[in-house]
Amino acid sequence: MDSVELILASAVRLAVPLAFAALGEWIAERAGTLNISVEGMMLGGAFTAVAGAGLTGSASAGLLFGVAAGLLVAFVHACFSHRLSVNTYVVGLTLNVLVLGLTSFLLLKTESRQVDKLTIPLLSDIPVIGPALFDQRWPAYLLAALVPAAWWLVRRSRWGLEARAAGENPQSADVTGIDVNKRRRQALMLCGALAGLGGAYLAVAEVGTFNQNMTAGRGYMVIAAVIFGGWTLRGTLAGVLVFGAADAMRLALPALGYTLNPQFLVASPYILALIAMTFFATTRRGPAALGRPFVRGIT
Amino acid sequence: MTLTRPGARHADRAPVRSRLRTPLLYAVSFAVALALAAALVTVGGHSMADALLALYQGSLDGGASIGQTIDETTPLLIVAIGAIVSARAGIFNIGQEGQLIVGAAAGAAIGLFVPGPGWLVGALALLGAALAGALWAGIPAVLYYWRGVDVVVATLLMVFVAMQLVSFAVNRDYLLQETAVEGQILSPQSDLLPEGVRLPRLGEYPDFNLGTGFVIALAVTGVVAYLLRHGKWGFRLRMLGLNPVAARRAGVRAAALGGGALLLSGGAAGLAGGVMLTGGVYRIQAGFADNVGWEGLLVALVARNHPLVAIPVALFFGVLRAGGGFLASTGVPRYLVSVVTALLVLAAAFPAAYAELRKRRRPAVEA
Repeated sequence: MDSVELILASAVRLAVPLAFAALGEWIAERAGTLNISVEGMMLGGAFTAVAGAGLTGSASAGLLFGVAAGLLVAFVHACFSHRLSVNTYVVGLTLNVLVLGLTSFLLLKTESRQVDKLTIPLLSDIPVIGPALFDQRWPAYLLAALVPAAWWLVRRSRWGLEARAAGENPQSADVTGIDVNKRRRQALMLCGALAGLGGAYLAVAEVGTFNQNMTAGRGYMVIAAVIFGGWTLRGTLAGVLVFGAADAMRLALPALGYTLNPQFLVASPYILALIAMTFFATTRRGPAALGRPFVRGIT
Repeated sequence: MTLTRPGARHADRAPVRSRLRTPLLYAVSFAVALALAAALVTVGGHSMADALLALYQGSLDGGASIGQTIDETTPLLIVAIGAIVSARAGIFNIGQEGQLIVGAAAGAAIGLFVPGPGWLVGALALLGAALAGALWAGIPAVLYYWRGVDVVVATLLMVFVAMQLVSFAVNRDYLLQETAVEGQILSPQSDLLPEGVRLPRLGEYPDFNLGTGFVIALAVTGVVAYLLRHGKWGFRLRMLGLNPVAARRAGVRAAALGGGALLLSGGAAGLAGGVMLTGGVYRIQAGFADNVGWEGLLVALVARNHPLVAIPVALFFGVLRAGGGFLASTGVPRYLVSVVTALLVLAAAFPAAYAELRKRRRPAVEA
């Protein structure tokens, strides 16, 4: 029983940074950007969070620096792909190379700084799920507010309707007077802020320092989560949790005396996403104009 | 008497200005990119002159360095040619990094375990590498034409599966892991390929020498460039890429041609992996691909999907990669090279896109 509790707690802990970024990626994809630079946003967020924490002496301030880095990457991406209509995948990949190179080049040694844990009394004593849900670093609880907020923004607000229209049918959206590329840029900026926060969480809440390439493909895992979830918010969060669990098992199983091959567990998020895409392709589909640049007048 | 449109007098002067504007834009955006890189070096507390000197020494100074540059160029060029083929068909494959490493792993398996004369095994290894790369691209192709799964996403996800697959293989002594030597810790890598299987090198070390892989790369480039321009296949491929609906109406079989283009681009990436393996690395390990797949894709982008333009672009990227290996000796981290590469790619993408944007914004009368 103890080991289940342990793995669950570790799964949630590993899923939190993914969840922040996945929220953002979900918004961006709904508006029609298959945002590959989420990896760079997270990595940049992690780096500046640690640098900012060192500069101000406060780990919590580091989170804000992380958000700023994510926004900066998003701004460059948005200008290139939704102003200049450069192929969004190429821009995304290039930005990932850029951020990875930049953070490795500037690699700094700082003392470890971590934000505090917030253990909620009583609730954290619930067996099995207590430690997983109510004994985390405090920024993790931001998710409790951000998830409903993101859902409301995309599914219920006017802005969300327009952004989704930009993702589904940009030509029609344009005709009704929606500035398609503007909505896409805004969605991308939201994604940048959230992914930057996710990377910052990874750095100043979970690990405490910055290591070279510390996100190590988590951004791509986030993309896989959105696809795995069939472009719904619920499914995306479920995907994030499943991937967190796979990661937790990779870390925990050897200690518990089980052997499951680690390469398979690392690859499992991507395989699961591919399987999900294959089988849900007819029932649950992504935004129709996902990844296609919008240029007025060309159909 | 010729009909003159309103504003025609104006139009006489406009082309001169716009013809000048594009090179100017290129110059400015490259200057900005290089200035940013220089600022970065200075901020890092290093000397720009030292960094440039190291880049030059590592890539162009003397025969060995030039050979090194060409060796770095070879796989980039092959990957880029494959990327160009699929991009021309309107299919965007971004999984070259995975196709490359899977190809190399297959090549290593053939080179290590197939008996026979060296040259034959070497040729089989290259062929096997290309086939394995094509197979790895074939999975997304099947998913696309069978279930409508997005090619970009599928090829991207397959990269990470490929990495783990190869990591799995080099960690198992019954697969590709090196044979145990008494008193030595096993590393997650394969044995070195036997001498006979390796691609021969032309010229003598340490003077000018280059791998025969470069000849393969040039041959592939030439064939693809010719076929794209003059062949029936190339014509159909371009038609499919430019207007899939019209192509289908004209009798182009989209699944066969498009899927074939995707397989070809995967095969090219696999071949690039095979050439890297038999031409210089000689063994496979988890970090084998070393961004060559991603960068090859960027070469195709910068070359704007023209096979012949890809040659100088790949050479330029090769110079940066070869020089990067030398940078470390000056204390400048070699990651500078990835920063410069990325900045240059963005700088190369900017002017054309900007010109396009201006053209769209201009009032309809003039356009």
